[in-house]
Amino acid sequence: MAMSSVASNPALKHSSAPRAKRMLGRALIYAALLLWTFICLFPIYWTVTTSFKSAVDVTQAHLIPWVDFQPDWKGWRSLGLSPDTLFGTSTARSEFVNRFVNSIITSVGASLLALILGSLAAYGLSRFRYKFAWMRNDDILFFFMSQLILPPVVLALPFLVLYKALALLDTRFGLILLYTLTVLPIVVWIMRDQFNSIPIELDEAAFVDGLSIWGAFIRIVLPLSVPGMAAAFILSLVLCWNEYFFAALLTSTDAKTLPVMVASQTGSQGINWWSMAALSTAAIAPLVIVGIFLERYIVSGLTTGAGK
Amino acid sequence: MQNSVLVSDNRHDKHATGPAPRSRKAAGRAVVLLASLGFLLVLLIQLLHALGATAIGFSDWRPILVAYLLWAFAFGTGQILTRGEGGQRALFLLPAVFFTIAVVIFPTIFGLYIASLDWNLSSVDGPRFSGFDNLARMFNDTYYWNALGNMVFYTVAVLGEYAIAFGLALLLSADIRARKFFRVVFLLPMMLSPVAVSWMIGKSLLEYRFGPAATLARYLGWDNPAFFASPWMARFSIQAMDAWVSIPFIMIILLAGLQAMPKEVQEAAKVDGANGWQSFWHVTFPIMLPVSITVLIIRVIFKLKLADIVINVTAGGPGGATDTVSSFIYRVYRDRSNVGYGTALAMVYLLLIIVLLTIMLRLSKRWTQKVV
Repeated sequence: MAMSSVASNPALKHSSAPRAKRMLGRALIYAALLLWTFICLFPIYWTVTTSFKSAVDVTQAHLIPWVDFQPDWKGWRSLGLSPDTLFGTSTARSEFVNRFVNSIITSVGASLLALILGSLAAYGLSRFRYKFAWMRNDDILFFFMSQLILPPVVLALPFLVLYKALALLDTRFGLILLYTLTVLPIVVWIMRDQFNSIPIELDEAAFVDGLSIWGAFIRIVLPLSVPGMAAAFILSLVLCWNEYFFAALLTSTDAKTLPVMVASQTGSQGINWWSMAALSTAAIAPLVIVGIFLERYIVSGLTTGAGK
Repeated sequence: MQNSVLVSDNRHDKHATGPAPRSRKAAGRAVVLLASLGFLLVLLIQLLHALGATAIGFSDWRPILVAYLLWAFAFGTGQILTRGEGGQRALFLLPAVFFTIAVVIFPTIFGLYIASLDWNLSSVDGPRFSGFDNLARMFNDTYYWNALGNMVFYTVAVLGEYAIAFGLALLLSADIRARKFFRVVFLLPMMLSPVAVSWMIGKSLLEYRFGPAATLARYLGWDNPAFFASPWMARFSIQAMDAWVSIPFIMIILLAGLQAMPKEVQEAAKVDGANGWQSFWHVTFPIMLPVSITVLIIRVIFKLKLADIVINVTAGGPGGATDTVSSFIYRVYRDRSNVGYGTALAMVYLLLIIVLLTIMLRLSKRWTQKVV
């Protein structure tokens, strides 16, 4: 792919055939990039514009606002989020806001809890040598990571029974516990890498200054590991926000999250596309914004350990 | 628990202090012993209550959870009291370990028990022990085997996702303008909730009557663009949606691998007169093999959990053609409330996954430095 330096070869500089070939190559690269950009963006564009369409525009497959259809707040009105309904009372909006808040509380709560538990474990695994029965550090790390392979469906039904007994069914706290367990391996993985990159001499200097192990961890190491914590937190947030399987099984009314609401409306709305589109837009908007502005952290979280 | 106490020794040996005084040790042991006794007592009371032997007890099992938390707290305190520094070190690991035992290990073992029950949650009869009946039933359940067969298709399709993702990663690592813009855009599908994607693409873009994809297909000469009517078409459509969501993940990791690759290697290949394809096939691809295998294994792990899109777009149809194991078990529970049978199916699935991944890890050990 990196054939661009061919041009610097003086022998080839004056012949036009390689240059034409190079131009063609670059054109193909940009064509491919633009094609994939279209594939990535069109579904999002389609959803956002559909939320402003009326029935006729939907059935006639109008695509471009103001050119072939006149945008209308129709979809957003049905959610109670259009300018004219925003300050009135709306049951649709209060349900939506309720689900939205549930999603925020469960995903932020689970990400925080996973960050606390995961950072502590990761620091221990990075700095001390443990022996737990036959398990050494690597085995303990593998024990945490191996939970990644557990499909949600294995835990879902036992949890249904357990939560019923614990009266945790349809509570946000119950969801937070489950979401924490799904993201904990990822947090441990990212944070261990982060702590490994902080020189151990810093801890030792802190001990010399009279700090305890926990003092050194909280006052010296933690402030330095903010980038890794941000990456782990944001990645967890994305995963928890999008989680559907557990939420669908374990919540019914009170703790329903946004994906469950979207899913339950999918079947019932029929051709009422504008309101589904508005709901989908509202559900994905927070993460699109996160994706655009915090892309750096997501990439650094995902690529922990890759390319080493 | 008591005899497998965490032993940790310090990497900063200078800092190690002497053992805790004997009185503190005794106090620590007493705390742990008392807490354990208390926990067992609460558990016993509630068990007897649940079995109907005694009248005293709690209305639900939540106090057991609190008792477990208190016991874990006391255990941590006991560690510090008995082992001083070593206890402080163990305290880093203990919260995550206790959490995992409570929400992963215990439910999984409990699941094994449920799997041996004939338990319909909506019936009044309650659980009934049935031994291996669920397993016997599973062997005659063609839908389950069909779902497993579909999983083979979905898993193999990961290779296709990988090929596309590798192409995109190469494009992004080429000498292009606006690289940051393209990277953000290519990453976006991964951020979207699969449930929203189910509607955005599955239910509206690919809709038979008005969906733009169907319109385009008609324009291109396909008279009957039904994306979810025939089994193979439906399977490919579901796979395409899942690929759309997950290709960015593979791409980002491959891109990181490409960027970490030493530039001199490619220069050397060019000096030797290799063309683009040769330098990719003989230089880039082999160097990328460890990263590739790691990302493929992670991707397969996630693929084996596929459920959201299937549940929301086709509900497994037509005729189970798109069913994944997870979506099938979800329906088993939703339609028949049969917890015992569903759990038995899930446990067998977990066993298959463990076997498959063990084989994959063994085979790949030669090429990867460290997987997961």
